[in-house]
Amino acid sequence: MTTLVPTTAQRPHPNSFVRDVATITGRNLRRLARVPTLLAFATVQPVMLVILFNYAFGGAIHPPGVARYIDFLLPGLFVVTIGFGSSQTGVAMADDLVNGMIDRFRSLPTTSSAVVVGRMAADAVRNLFVILLMIGVAAAIGFRFHAGTAPAIAAVILAVGTGLAFSALDSWLGLVVAEPEAAGLAGLFPFILLMFTSSILVPISTMPGWLQAFAKVNPVTVFADALRALCLGGPTGVPVFQACAWILALVLLGVAGTALRFRHVGER
Amino acid sequence: MDDQPAIWAEGLTKRFGHVRALDGVDLELATGRLLGLLGPNGAGKTTAVRILTTLLRPDAGHARVAGFDLRKERDLVRRHVGLSGQFAAVDSYLSGRENLVMVGRLTGMTRRAAHARADELLGRFGLGEVAGRQARTYSGGMRRRLDLAASVVGAPPVLFLDEPTTGLDPHGRLELWAQLEELTGQGTSVLLTTQYLEEADRLAHDIVVIDRGSVIAEGTPEQLKRQLGGDRLELRTTPGPQAQQLANVLASLGSGPPMLDAAAGRLVLPVSDDPSLLPRLVALMADAGLSVSDLSLRRLTLDDVFLALTGRPTTPDRSRDRGVQSDDFAVSPTTKGAR
Ligand SMILES: Nc1ncnc2c1ncn2[C@@H]1O[C@H](COP(=O)(O)OP(=O)(O)OP(=O)(O)O)[C@@H](O)[C@H]1O
Ligand SMILES: [Mg+2]
Repeated sequence: MTTLVPTTAQRPHPNSFVRDVATITGRNLRRLARVPTLLAFATVQPVMLVILFNYAFGGAIHPPGVARYIDFLLPGLFVVTIGFGSSQTGVAMADDLVNGMIDRFRSLPTTSSAVVVGRMAADAVRNLFVILLMIGVAAAIGFRFHAGTAPAIAAVILAVGTGLAFSALDSWLGLVVAEPEAAGLAGLFPFILLMFTSSILVPISTMPGWLQAFAKVNPVTVFADALRALCLGGPTGVPVFQACAWILALVLLGVAGTALRFRHVGER
Repeated sequence: MDDQPAIWAEGLTKRFGHVRALDGVDLELATGRLLGLLGPNGAGKTTAVRILTTLLRPDAGHARVAGFDLRKERDLVRRHVGLSGQFAAVDSYLSGRENLVMVGRLTGMTRRAAHARADELLGRFGLGEVAGRQARTYSGGMRRRLDLAASVVGAPPVLFLDEPTTGLDPHGRLELWAQLEELTGQGTSVLLTTQYLEEADRLAHDIVVIDRGSVIAEGTPEQLKRQLGGDRLELRTTPGPQAQQLANVLASLGSGPPMLDAAAGRLVLPVSDDPSLLPRLVALMADAGLSVSDLSLRRLTLDDVFLALTGRPTTPDRSRDRGVQSDDFAVSPTTKGAR
């Protein structure tokens, strides 16, 4: 006979952070594969970006010291797709809030940072897939790594790391904005602003002086330059260190913000 | 836990801007009993549930749930309560089984235990056949049942259900009632909010009626009914003086003072269960030469409770054009508020 109250043997054990994160990550990955918009953001969009940007700008822009525009473009496009894709993280977080999933998680003895860390972990899996997909497509239209295998692998890892920073920040944004569509836009607009004022699409030296000053300290430039150094060759130490410092700072900020907000959801 | 009440709350207060959602509410629920928290829209039921399940912090007041302090031992409270909120909180893109396994894992169960528990509950809540389907393909009642199943995955000793029968068909409602009786029989303590007096009457050992954030009545269902007079005789006649005359003539039948809405020609009379009531009514009306356009004898509704306790209906004009026969008053579907 079954009962609604299980025997003591079935009584739950204390939660472990790692298991909570694994559970939430698994749940997010399932959604990634099943929600059509999420799937499109992870597949169609990156392929389109590579092809469109390459053929639209490739004829006009000839960055110094690079044979093909695609070699210059792709490392920057890693950041673009990750930035665009992460707006979906904010949407998902706001969606969970509106649909009561955040309340469900909060009513369980689950660690409060497991929800954001699980979100970042699932995003990392998505971003790894997206980056490998983009490398494949770009290679088909002429892209090559010029600095060797180890830096190429490091570039992929750094790109995924950059994604962690965006995920953490967008999770926070999603909880604060608390409305899926608004959260999506709130994630996109600042990124588009940072994208056009960075070295992603064109070399900074082609910009007017006042914009150059901002573009140089723009974290998106830092990410794109570090990735470029790993893909194209040249000195990598300083740019990669700077990028890692930015990632660490932004991840800490995003995780702390999300976890704090998570505890006070619904108080407004 | 054994000699501590499942819920003990004192002076719970919560303000949202100008709105006093809770204004000093005391509650107590003994282990293994079911407390019905009854109130109209906006009374503060959901706020009370959210506070007691740690989702919301009270501005003032103290509470212990399952023996743990709500402020100082949040994690322990969470480990011992289950919640099914007013709106089903299930992941639409996960199957019913995946939803329950996820909750089990997040409750601290091993993978095997979580799967076993999920399958058991899917059967119990009549979701066995749709267990593998994504929840977005479920009907409203199926989602509701999945949410209810999720709330008992961890076999919590204290269970909070916020309007659990909203959206269930009559069969699903009866089934849930039976399950709740089984749960309390096995020692689970349940706090259930409802807008249906009938439901509270049927299930609850104790009832607390709240209105505008304050407790306005409490007791066992019997105590409340005795206090308010069991049944209601409701009559409609021509608005105006005739209604007043009708009230005067029939006053002697009532077990309490008649409630008259002369402008609407509506008279409500509390009456006790008495077989001679209708013959006496007919005789009184024939003698006075009065007629009515509609007449019904019905059980007490939340509306009546409010009329009797506060002198006003649950909302200013809800009682006016209500179908006279309805046993429960109509509940307009609440829209999902931004929380
Ligand atoms: N997050 C919030 N922000 C602002 N006001 C709120 C919030 N939550 C609740 N309220 C207000 O607090 C009061 C009590 O709301 P609550 O949801 O507790 O009522 P309820 O008894 O559950 O009503 P219902 O039967 O409609 O579910 C209402 O006036 C409501 O507008
Ligand atoms: Mg409510």
